[in-house]
This record gives sequence, C-alpha cells and structure tokens, in this order.
Amino acid sequence: MLNSLRAFFAERNILEVETPIISTAATTDPQLESFSTHFQNHEYFLHTSPEFYMKRLLAAGSGDIYQLAKVFRNDENGRLHNPEFTLLEWYRLNFNHHQLMDEIELLLKNLMPEKSNQITRISYQQAFISQLKIDPLIASTEQLKNCAAQYQITTPQGMKNNKDMWLDWLMLEKIAPSFSKNAFTFLYDYPASQASLARLDSNDARIANRFELFFGELELANGFYELTDSQEQQQRFEKDNEIRTNNNQKNMPIDYDLITALKSGLPSCAGVAIGIDRLMMLHSNVKSINKVISFGDEFIRE
Amino acid sequence: MASYSTNEFRGGLKLILDNDPCSIIENELVKPGKGQAFNRVKLRNLKTGRVLERTFKSGESVEAADVIDVEMEFSYNDGEFWYFMDPETFEQIAAPDSAMVDSGKWIKAQELCTITLWNGAPLVVSVPNFVELTVTETDPGLKGDTAQGGTKPATLESGATVKVPLFIEEGELLKIDTRSGEYVSRVKG
Repeated sequence: MLNSLRAFFAERNILEVETPIISTAATTDPQLESFSTHFQNHEYFLHTSPEFYMKRLLAAGSGDIYQLAKVFRNDENGRLHNPEFTLLEWYRLNFNHHQLMDEIELLLKNLMPEKSNQITRISYQQAFISQLKIDPLIASTEQLKNCAAQYQITTPQGMKNNKDMWLDWLMLEKIAPSFSKNAFTFLYDYPASQASLARLDSNDARIANRFELFFGELELANGFYELTDSQEQQQRFEKDNEIRTNNNQKNMPIDYDLITALKSGLPSCAGVAIGIDRLMMLHSNVKSINKVISFGDEFIRE
Repeated sequence: MASYSTNEFRGGLKLILDNDPCSIIENELVKPGKGQAFNRVKLRNLKTGRVLERTFKSGESVEAADVIDVEMEFSYNDGEFWYFMDPETFEQIAAPDSAMVDSGKWIKAQELCTITLWNGAPLVVSVPNFVELTVTETDPGLKGDTAQGGTKPATLESGATVKVPLFIEEGELLKIDTRSGEYVSRVKG
C-alpha cells in the first residue's frame, strides 16, 4: 500500500518531506492531548499532526508536498485508536476542498477499486436535515437536545450544555451510522464553530470549508481548504486556550512561527490528513487497529 | 472515595452505577475527528446479572466499586445462610440465599467456590463450571441400552435433578456442567 501511495504522489510531482516530531509549540485544540517530554529543562511536545511544520514549508515556497508521519495523541486508545499512529498528510496549492476531494477519490480508486464504486458527498447541514430534520447551523442547544430525545438518543453521563458537544454526539449516534455501509462518504462544510484550521466559506460565514472522509461510519480523514489569515488563526489558537482554561486543561504554547509564516504568506491551498492504519484496516478487513500495527498490543485496550 | 476516569475504563473494571456494583464487559472510545470523545460502555450489574449499556462524555469520573473475588470452601447450609471457609485462614463467611442464585443446587461440602465480595459482604457465589456429584436417586438402568440416546431424571447429592443416560445407576459419580445444568460424563472411580 505504501508503494502505491508513493507512486501516486510521484506521478503528480508532489514532494515527499519530513518535518520534526518534537517541538516547543503544540496544538491548542482542546480535544487533543499532546505527549510532553523534556530536553535541558525545557518542555517539548510530540506532534499530533505534522500540519504546522508543513505549512511553514508551504509558506517558504515548497510547492505541493506530502508526508507519511508517525503522530502521537495521548489518552486515545481503543478498537479504533492507538496513542501512536500513522498519518498521510498532503497539501495541494490552488486547490479548494472540493478539488482535493476529487484527488482523494482518485487515490481511493487506485488503492481499493472494489470499494470505490460509489463515493457520496453530502454537506453537514444536509446530512442533519435528512436524518434528524434539524438545521445544525441555526438550531439552538435546546433544540438539539429535544431532537435527541425525539429520536430516543440517550444522553451521555457528563453531557454539558454545549452546542458542539451535542452536534458531535448526534453525529456519532445518528449521522455517521446513516452513511452507506460499504462505500466512502465525504461530509463537507462543517459548522464554523468546528472550523479548526479551515477557512470560513466565502459566501456563508456560518460554515467552514472543512471535510471528513468515512467508510461506512469509520472516520478516515479530515481536510481543510486552509485558513491563510494569520490574525484569525492566532485568534482561534487563543480561543482554544481560553476553552482549555475553562475546562481546567493546561494551556498549550501557541506556534508563533506558524503565525509568522502565515503572515509572510501561505499560498492558497487545501490539505488533508488520512489515517493510514484505519485505511489498512479497511484494506485487510480487520476490526481492530492493533491488528495492523506491529507490536500493537503495547497499550491496554478492550 | 476512589473513582475511575473514563480513560482508565477496561474490561473487568468494577464501578458503582445507580447504587449497584457493575463490571465493565466492553468499553469503546468513540470520537468524531476533531470533536468531543465519548465512551460507549457495556456493563454487567453484579447484583442482578443484567447487562446494561451506558455512554459517558470522556473525562468523566465514576465511583469505583470495592469488589473482590475470593476462593472459599463450602461448609454447610443452615436453611438461612450458606457458610463458607477460607481453606488457609479458616475465616468463615455466611452468604444469604440471594447471593447463591443458581449455585445452591450444585454445591456440596468442601467444594471450592468463587465468592464475589462487595464492601466485604458476599454478593454472588459462583460454583466451578464443572462439578462432580453422586447420584442419590434414579430409576433402575436398562442394561445393554447404552447405544440409545434416551434419558431419564436423576437426583444428585446436592438436591439438583438432571437428565442422564439410561445406563446411569444410583451411587455413580457424575461430571456436570453447571452453566448449562447438563450431564457431561461418568467419573471413573
């Protein structure tokens, strides 16, 4: 599989790169926990994705690039999660998120032709409307709660009065399970509150040009039409840290080198990260991620 | 008060839910890409044996149940309590009928049983999967009829009645599967 991947990128003149795994800055995303380590009394972090360094390369004029990187996420393990896993991350200049989805389709047809006959695209808004008859962009938290009750979706212990948390829960319980069982689905244009590092839509600021790829309900990839505005990026990082403070989570050091790189000019581009281990699970028809990772029983799971 | 966070959840962990001790059967972390993680958990209520499903926002803490398993020998039943003894310390414990569930009918003196203690009190008594018990009463066997698949009821020393092949006679020692309540074989003396 890795050979086919590399051939796919070589054909398109996309350059393979390597970037540092250990860094003084880290992701501020409240949903991600970085592993931390020390060097000469300074704290360093293992990356959760090679995104920041790759964007610095793009800003420095690298052109189209890709990377196969081991990444690390603390507190994530289970049937579909291992704290250490492999991401394929690639960036295409002058692509928007739909053009990048087109290219991902080509890659999937190349790797798994028998599973790629029919690939669906549906917007986040449309998926919620067709499954739950509710518009995720305008619904209040209260309305989402009522909607969950109406569809007999149980409320998890510890659930908070938080719109994104409810959207995530409905997404897991009702939207993802509705996708075609044996086919790929792209879900695109997420609510702006879940933009992460995607730019907001130029016509509708309620949505962000972010997408995810699923096979059945298995999530495989996350991509963005990348945010290039340094000021907005900095504000999002700062807001993440505010949320972290409110959740009693540690604030993470913001990557100001990335902000500087964005300031100097990140070319318009789209980027995606694909979970290679999960792709491998699909390719070899196994149900647990530890089956496709060598020595994958290192972390207790059940 | 001890508690477990969802990231410590794994099979076999004992928790208190709705005031009852439960044991985790299965724990699955579910997480939408960049979003909130949740745990979908399947548990067994150790009091009722019922299986239940619960979901938790990841990071939640749940009270730990002080539940341990000990091995003890059965001594006797006085009609109200079932008495067990630790074969090494000779410490005794009395289990009420409610803790016996189905175990009572398979038990005989000196049988080594697993007793699940909750806060030090017996919650469930489990007998071994296979026990050996003597037939105390059964209709006379039909000699030579060993090839036929016919069965007849037999009463065992523990009081249980099981279906046995026609050739089994009173006084014979039988191996019984306590999970299904079925006869397995004769035990050669």
